[in-house]
Amino acid sequence: MTQRITVHDPRGYAPKVVGKRLAPRLSALDGKTIYLVDCLFDNTDVFIEQLRQWFAEHLPAVNTRIARPEKTWSDDEKMRAAIAADGDAAILAVGL
Amino acid sequence: MPRLRQAYTPHPVVDQSAAHLRGYIEGNDAISGRPFMQEVLEGLTSPLEDADITGLSFERTTPRFVEPDTEENLQRLFEENRWTDMLPIVLPTEERVAAMLRGTSHPPDKIVGRLRPTVFREAWEFDVEKVAVNAVMAGARPEYLPVILALASSGVTARSSSTTSFATIPVINGPIRNELGMNTGIGVMGPYNHANATIGRAYGLLSQNLQGGSVPNETYMGSQGNWYAYTALIPEAEERSPWQPLHVQQGYKPTDSIANLFFGGWYTHAGYGPRATWKEKMRHALAAVEQYSPPLFVMDPIVARGFVELGFDTKEKLIAWLADNALLTAREYWDNQSIQLLRPKAVAGIEPYASRLKAAPDDVIKIYEPSEIHIVVAGGETQGAWKMISGALRGTASIDAWR
Repeated sequence: MTQRITVHDPRGYAPKVVGKRLAPRLSALDGKTIYLVDCLFDNTDVFIEQLRQWFAEHLPAVNTRIARPEKTWSDDEKMRAAIAADGDAAILAVGL
Repeated sequence: MPRLRQAYTPHPVVDQSAAHLRGYIEGNDAISGRPFMQEVLEGLTSPLEDADITGLSFERTTPRFVEPDTEENLQRLFEENRWTDMLPIVLPTEERVAAMLRGTSHPPDKIVGRLRPTVFREAWEFDVEKVAVNAVMAGARPEYLPVILALASSGVTARSSSTTSFATIPVINGPIRNELGMNTGIGVMGPYNHANATIGRAYGLLSQNLQGGSVPNETYMGSQGNWYAYTALIPEAEERSPWQPLHVQQGYKPTDSIANLFFGGWYTHAGYGPRATWKEKMRHALAAVEQYSPPLFVMDPIVARGFVELGFDTKEKLIAWLADNALLTAREYWDNQSIQLLRPKAVAGIEPYASRLKAAPDDVIKIYEPSEIHIVVAGGETQGAWKMISGALRGTASIDAWR
């Protein structure tokens, strides 16, 4: 009979998950302002521009605005405040 | 359970045409298989569920042990769970881990630090015992544990999830090199020394396991992978170098034992010398690399002494020359894929990027600051060889603090 042995689990400790309430959804998009937030990875400006054009062609009643954080991989509080002030929703591009 | 509304394009976005990216938008979500824009629009407009409004908080736990089993089955379990580097590991039995823990004075439950595969992800925490478990798996000896704990404490992962397939290369300085019998000579970067090999491997294993994984297509997206990730470690040949060791350059005492973490391993260029045309060779090499990741030069003592004979009696003098001669046209520099990540800094007026962006396309610009270039002396003096390895210094950690 082959001996059974006890070994340690090699994994670290995951942080506690702290739930956040999701922002209210929009009932319709017509007449609303939606920010398209570029994550500033290479070529994402081209992707975001294509997304803007898609809205212009398919949902012309939706106002879209492109926003970019000040630096790559950073939380730009000023940009977030600007979106909260006059935007109805935002689509955030996230890389990696 | 509350669910953040997400939609996924296929990879890659980089280097793709506008038409190709439009295809992503008009195509299907890479995860759900449903139309991508349907996922986007529903994410904006579909009513929230109760769980989305109330949120959900919960703890996650990691057991101390796995279920007892045979050695063969446990080896398979570790491999299937992707807790290994796909080479056989030493199973971390209670006895082996207890023996490993005798390599440090710190208690097993002391928190060592936190790691994560990229800045977007959550950081996982770990204690001395969890580091010791991974050290056992790598085949390390108890006396190596302070070095391994220092690497773990650095906050710099050896398992970045970047699509660029980075590795992290530790450079070790100070008395610990000789205490552990590390190799700074022939084959320093090869499989010829137990401490070099297993400490480097332990750093990789602990990074993937303590940060919450390094699983392709989940927590690892490196397109080509990186052999430096199996094991990489360079102890500097301080006693045979004509220059100050790396840690002393940074203000540490010669008697301090220090781990320096170089994030890179992306490119490796090699050469001999310095020969008669060394300046041309260096200029070509510096212009040819991926400039987002600055160079870490590893020079055999023969090369270092050769540069001293040419008048470079300090590393700083040679680094200044290298920085002055790492040149590209602004057009080439700003066309580089990863340099795009620096463009927002340039637009924001942050130097030296702002000046590089102001340059005309055909202007020749310097692409590195002296502080970004590093030199380490290592090698067996059987050849006047040097390597230029991608490596940005991301941190240093005291080894003595973990004795």
